[in-house]
Amino acid sequence: MSKRIDVADLDVYYGDFLAVEGVTMAIEPRQATALIGPSGCGKSTFLRTLNRMHEVIPGARVTGKALMDGQDLYGADVDPVTVRRQIGMVFQRPNPFPTMSIADNVLAGVRLNNRRMPKDAQQDLIEQSLRGANLWNEVKDRLALPGSSLSGGQQQRLCIARAIAVKPQVLLMDEPCSALDPISTLAIEDLIAELKSDYTIVIVTHNMQQAARVSDRTAFFNIAGTGKPGRLIEMDDTATMFSSPREQATEDYISGRFG
Amino acid sequence: MTAAAPAPTPTPTPSPTSSLLASDAYRRLPRWSTWAFASGSLVVAFLVLLVAGGGLPGVAGVVALGAALFVLSSGVTSRVVEGPRRAADRLATTLVTGAFLLALIPLVSLLLLVVTRGAGAFSWTFLTTDMLGIFGDMSEGGIQHAIVGTLLITAAAAAISVPVGLLTAIYLVEYGRGPLARGITFLVDVMTGIPSIVAGLFAFALFTLLLGPAFRAGIMGAVALALLMTPVVIRSVEEMLRLVPNELREAAYALGVPKWLTIIKVVLRTAVAGIVTGVMLSVARVIGETAPLLLTVGMVTRVNWDLFDGRMATLPVFAYRQYESGGAGIDRAWAAALTLILIVMILNLVARLISRWFAPRGAR
Repeated sequence: MSKRIDVADLDVYYGDFLAVEGVTMAIEPRQATALIGPSGCGKSTFLRTLNRMHEVIPGARVTGKALMDGQDLYGADVDPVTVRRQIGMVFQRPNPFPTMSIADNVLAGVRLNNRRMPKDAQQDLIEQSLRGANLWNEVKDRLALPGSSLSGGQQQRLCIARAIAVKPQVLLMDEPCSALDPISTLAIEDLIAELKSDYTIVIVTHNMQQAARVSDRTAFFNIAGTGKPGRLIEMDDTATMFSSPREQATEDYISGRFG
Repeated sequence: MTAAAPAPTPTPTPSPTSSLLASDAYRRLPRWSTWAFASGSLVVAFLVLLVAGGGLPGVAGVVALGAALFVLSSGVTSRVVEGPRRAADRLATTLVTGAFLLALIPLVSLLLLVVTRGAGAFSWTFLTTDMLGIFGDMSEGGIQHAIVGTLLITAAAAAISVPVGLLTAIYLVEYGRGPLARGITFLVDVMTGIPSIVAGLFAFALFTLLLGPAFRAGIMGAVALALLMTPVVIRSVEEMLRLVPNELREAAYALGVPKWLTIIKVVLRTAVAGIVTGVMLSVARVIGETAPLLLTVGMVTRVNWDLFDGRMATLPVFAYRQYESGGAGIDRAWAAALTLILIVMILNLVARLISRWFAPRGAR
């Protein structure tokens, strides 16, 4: 249930503006890969290219290669909708659908796609996904309440449950804890540790302790200056990155000397 | 005596000099002072006008002079007692409340006028009979035919303009980029300003061209009204769709939901309460239109259920014609106006119920 992603020479544009330049990296299956770097260096932009969410923004485009298990994500015959079903995403701010109950939010991937599913299969999927997101015990008695009635941390775990309910191969997380308090953050970090036995996880974070805690591999992005494109500086095992990085810029960033 | 004496409570000793928050200069007028000033000002204004004018003064004069006295007296007192910041606050509150009351005057007086004048001829029989065989000074007759006509024509107009308006708004918000979208927005703005008589002439000319000069049917009026209604629908739906947070669209895309399903099941579903309200407002905008209907569907004396054949009666045109004819017609005109207002009110209530039913629940 998890796949590797290989990216080669990927350039990301917004219109004519080159936002991220020349990224080459391998994202290993069943591991958590953390993307760190200062604000505006293109981490989130790069993350969004991995499930083609990038092109939702008008004028945004990509050149280069991005392969999932050898299949080109940007192939001419590849439907972005299919890519997004394989590569799920969790956003910075929890965004449950306000018109739907907790249960319907988990089933959103099924319901919104007009797929039919027997009632008991639906119940199983709800329970399985909510258990997967460590939320089941907190909400099992109020599945019919609106998703927006939960706390911020619970909403974010609901969004994770919603993402894993469509059974993706890869889970992208764009600063999933930046709007949450430390306890909810801890709950989500524990969850990531569990999820990576089943999914390939890519997480963007501003919190270097978080990157050190949850990820197996870390990639450091940096930007030379305003208006310049962001670049991948280096990528390595998290332990190596945080103890003996090869690049001076990485060490400066990790040790808090800039950024 | 067995009752124990209450234990002596230690009185806190306030330090008169070192208090950081309390201040002797801080004084407030009591809450009732506003009402006292208001009634006092009115009484003084009444007495002044009584003495100065000789004879009972008019309400308008008392209220105007009283308002001026109120602003002056409460302002000065407040400034002396409470200081300039409170005085400015009082002045602003007075102006805001005054503007609200001023805006309320025409609305309330109009409603009162229509209710009092319309109640005379208004009855169940009036609502359920038509004008067949009523002529001269006969005071019988009713507006069933006009109610049916107004409802049918407005419903047909809505049936034309809501789909067109909804789809246009979806295009503008979700798909439209570049010159085409800008052009449509511009044309919609222009259409909003079309005089209703022009819409009527357009419909008249269109049907004359297509079906000959003798053709008359309710659908002509519906087309004219739809022309007036569409830009209002587009504008209000567009606003509502833009209010749907982009995060919800992205959340749906990230679940592998195609764009068209996202629009139907997330964007429209989230905005439906506002859309219903917007559509109701546009219906209210056209239901009272007279000129285009006078021009296209004219007037008959009996109920016509067929939108596609023959003239139809409508409430605004009925009111206009009856008022023109004078006599018992004037009472009928007011009662028809009252009916029209009631219909709009009922539609608004229904719309509120619908939007409450669909509104997103939970913490917002």
